[in-house]
Amino acid sequence: MSGGHSTYTPTSGLGRWIDQRMPLPRLMYDSFVAYPVPRNLNYAYTFGGILSIMLVAQIVTGVVLAMHYAADTTLAFGSVEKIMRDVNSGWLLRYLHSNGASFFFIAVYIHIMRGLYYGSYKAPRELLWILGCIIYLLMMATGFMGYVLPWGQMSFWGATVITGFFSAIPLVGNWIQELLLGGFAVDNPTLNRFFSLHYLLPFMIAGVVVLHVWALHVTGQTNPTGIEVKSKTDTVPFSPHATAKDAFAMVVFLAVFAYFVFYIPNFLGHPDNYTVANPLKTPAHIVPEWYYLPFYAILRAITFNIGPIDSKLGGVLAMFGSIAVLFFVPWLDTSKVRSAVYRPWYKLFFWLFVANAIMLGWLGSRAAEGIYVVLSQIGTLYYFAFFLIIMPVLGLIETPRRLPNSITEAVLEKNKGAASAHPVGATAAPDTKG
Amino acid sequence: MSATDTADPNRRDFLYIATGAAGVVGVAAVAWPFIDQMRPDASTRALAAIEVDVSAIEPGMSVTAKWRGKPVFIRNRTPEEIEAAKAVKLDELKDPVARNANISADAPATDADRSAGEGKENWLVMVGVCTHLGCVPLGQQGDFGGWFCPCHGSHYDTAGRIRKGPAPENLAVPVFSFISDTKIKIG
Amino acid sequence: MKKILIGFAAAAFGLAAHVGLAAAAEETAHAVAEPTHFPIKKPPEMAWSFAGPFGTYDKGQLQRGLKVYKEVCAACHSMKLVPFRALEDLGYNEAQVKAFAAEYEVQDGPNADGEMFMRPGIPSDYFPSPFANDVAAAAANAGAAPPDLSLIAKARAVERGFPLFVFDIFTQYAEGGPDYIHALLTGYDEEPPAGMEIPEGTYYNPYFNAAKSLAMPKPINDDAVTYDDGSPQTVDQYSRDVSAFLMWAAEPHMEARKQTGFNVMVFLVLFAGLVYMTKRKIWASVPH
Repeated sequence: MSGGHSTYTPTSGLGRWIDQRMPLPRLMYDSFVAYPVPRNLNYAYTFGGILSIMLVAQIVTGVVLAMHYAADTTLAFGSVEKIMRDVNSGWLLRYLHSNGASFFFIAVYIHIMRGLYYGSYKAPRELLWILGCIIYLLMMATGFMGYVLPWGQMSFWGATVITGFFSAIPLVGNWIQELLLGGFAVDNPTLNRFFSLHYLLPFMIAGVVVLHVWALHVTGQTNPTGIEVKSKTDTVPFSPHATAKDAFAMVVFLAVFAYFVFYIPNFLGHPDNYTVANPLKTPAHIVPEWYYLPFYAILRAITFNIGPIDSKLGGVLAMFGSIAVLFFVPWLDTSKVRSAVYRPWYKLFFWLFVANAIMLGWLGSRAAEGIYVVLSQIGTLYYFAFFLIIMPVLGLIETPRRLPNSITEAVLEKNKGAASAHPVGATAAPDTKG
Repeated sequence: MSATDTADPNRRDFLYIATGAAGVVGVAAVAWPFIDQMRPDASTRALAAIEVDVSAIEPGMSVTAKWRGKPVFIRNRTPEEIEAAKAVKLDELKDPVARNANISADAPATDADRSAGEGKENWLVMVGVCTHLGCVPLGQQGDFGGWFCPCHGSHYDTAGRIRKGPAPENLAVPVFSFISDTKIKIG
Repeated sequence: MKKILIGFAAAAFGLAAHVGLAAAAEETAHAVAEPTHFPIKKPPEMAWSFAGPFGTYDKGQLQRGLKVYKEVCAACHSMKLVPFRALEDLGYNEAQVKAFAAEYEVQDGPNADGEMFMRPGIPSDYFPSPFANDVAAAAANAGAAPPDLSLIAKARAVERGFPLFVFDIFTQYAEGGPDYIHALLTGYDEEPPAGMEIPEGTYYNPYFNAAKSLAMPKPINDDAVTYDDGSPQTVDQYSRDVSAFLMWAAEPHMEARKQTGFNVMVFLVLFAGLVYMTKRKIWASVPH
């Protein structure tokens, strides 16, 4: 892939001078111009690019919002309202930032699901996948701390509930909780440090993104067939092909984003966050932001004790476990075939997993009572079973469909139309080596 | 490998290990203030104890005091509430431990051990934070006439003991004492 | 791509089935006399001038709403985040805003002697609060402090539930706040169902979103506020006007937002078309 020799040739004297001293233009050329990408990438593969502009958008809007925001419990709520009412274009910047967080998560969920569907985590891309999981964790931490900053009722009570998770840890739990809060409850020290960390973490995300892209450019992209690139005909240069396709997807994504920002900017928020935080008054239902809801449902599904682990610790362990399990996916999937396109059973279980995740998200927004608890437990069971049972077992017993010999063959076959007979039958063996 | 290295390998290893260990100690010593600064500061710790005047609280009335950023329920219970709490057998309780910081950690959750004790059994002092995930329960509500947490539906009885719902423990009784007949010191 | 769409459709269908089951279970558990879910009745959707992609505030309505707020609500409810200067949005000129502000007494100071003093309001002042602080407000109102109204139209909304909340994305329904306020203000005349106990000092209202009754008594009656533009002086009209006014108070830049939004959407759609054609041209020679 890009590990091969560089095709960059500086055209000017200045270009040659820089190239001999610090070949940054060469790096950019090799990574974003000449870099070969499979020719059969579909629009599901454009979300990496979309995520990078969302990260930039969040950092830019965040930095300017920080110019007007005051991280003090007596001032925070008012300063956000001042941004909304008095700061020039403040309402726009603030709505872009708050909805931007949601759209960042929408994009990352599609990106993760694409990885799960096409087996993008399989060897040799394990590190690439793990770096992605780390980015996701950092995003969750950033999003959570950002939600606390407006100091509304949901900000305060969400922070109370989530920092409460740590008190479930035996022995050191309370010490850790006090360390996080800087006091005995969520208060001014908490708000201050959350602001500091909310400002820091996006830059750490950007750092891990660089590693993520580095790892990607070492192994190269997967593609819908899951077959590695074999010859030059399998690929097209990144520019202009992938750039143009990514650009189109970005503009469409931005149009949907803009629709929310300008027409329904509070749709994804919670009305209670327009009421200033009150430590002595609990809202009727504490719900986290929508993008945490599936995990919140898993947390609340554990209503029973498991041996020496009480339900509270059990819930917290299940919730963290549901994210931790993602890190092990490259080794849990035993299938020799990478893409779900050629795995009829995996495809079915995958879509069930997506439906289940959406159901868990909806359950997370419900009160924990009656049928909802039972459904949450079923959903949690399937969530873990998908990774811990279905992935390892299915890989061993499933008969995959016949794989094409190469990306080019798959493309030509598809373009001929599904009606015509398969032209090549030379080898039907699953092929992941490339 | 040089001649001196092979001449005295033990001395060389010791030097490397000692240097490395000193470096680790130095880094840890520098790191500690950066972690320690996050713990509750002096002004926060100064509010660790409060005094509350309870002379105006008639039976059946409660006040909520703010202690360490958390609400503390101080309730002067009615005789009926005390009777109801006393009538509960210990094996009906989800959490049979008193959770009273003033007495031993494994004391049973009898009504007397939950309250302010002999002669002051009408007084109930508890941290008003649900032991599930830290919401503030609402007073005199729920299936047992005590407290009810609106977040995830935990029911506490008139002695603040968990009876139903996801909370694992009884409402915590903080360290407190009557410094006079009308004044309680919490913390 | 098509398969992915089919997959999503399947996922959505599965979810819908689940929701249907759960909703049915919820319905049967619902007791009339002892409801556990609030509000008891969902607020009806009203027609608002500011709804939809081209919605604008009706200035006459906002002026009437301001009158209702000033003469009725302001006796108990503060509106701390709204300055007098913002009233120019309602169609008043600078002199009118100045005169309006001067009707209020505002605390200022300290003066040269170090004392606080009262003076007439000026446009840069904010609406003064009826009570010194929340504790005083609670003490004067049977323990329940009347909430500040600056953001109430965004801070209150009844949950829409599935599938309505999905449709709301396309209908751009964002008027849950004013619908709720209107329903609450007009909902006091309904009688509680037989067997329902109403706690003393509270007033039954099936539209209240936290309990079966609330501490605020019916705040307004027909003809309580005199309109000089001939609009009907009914509770329903007062409620509509003050709800619209509170929506403006909570979201004063809504018109600018929607107008900017239209320009942005037009640009993005055209730009997407251009980028798409560019992409097609680039990929024309490459089967993919």
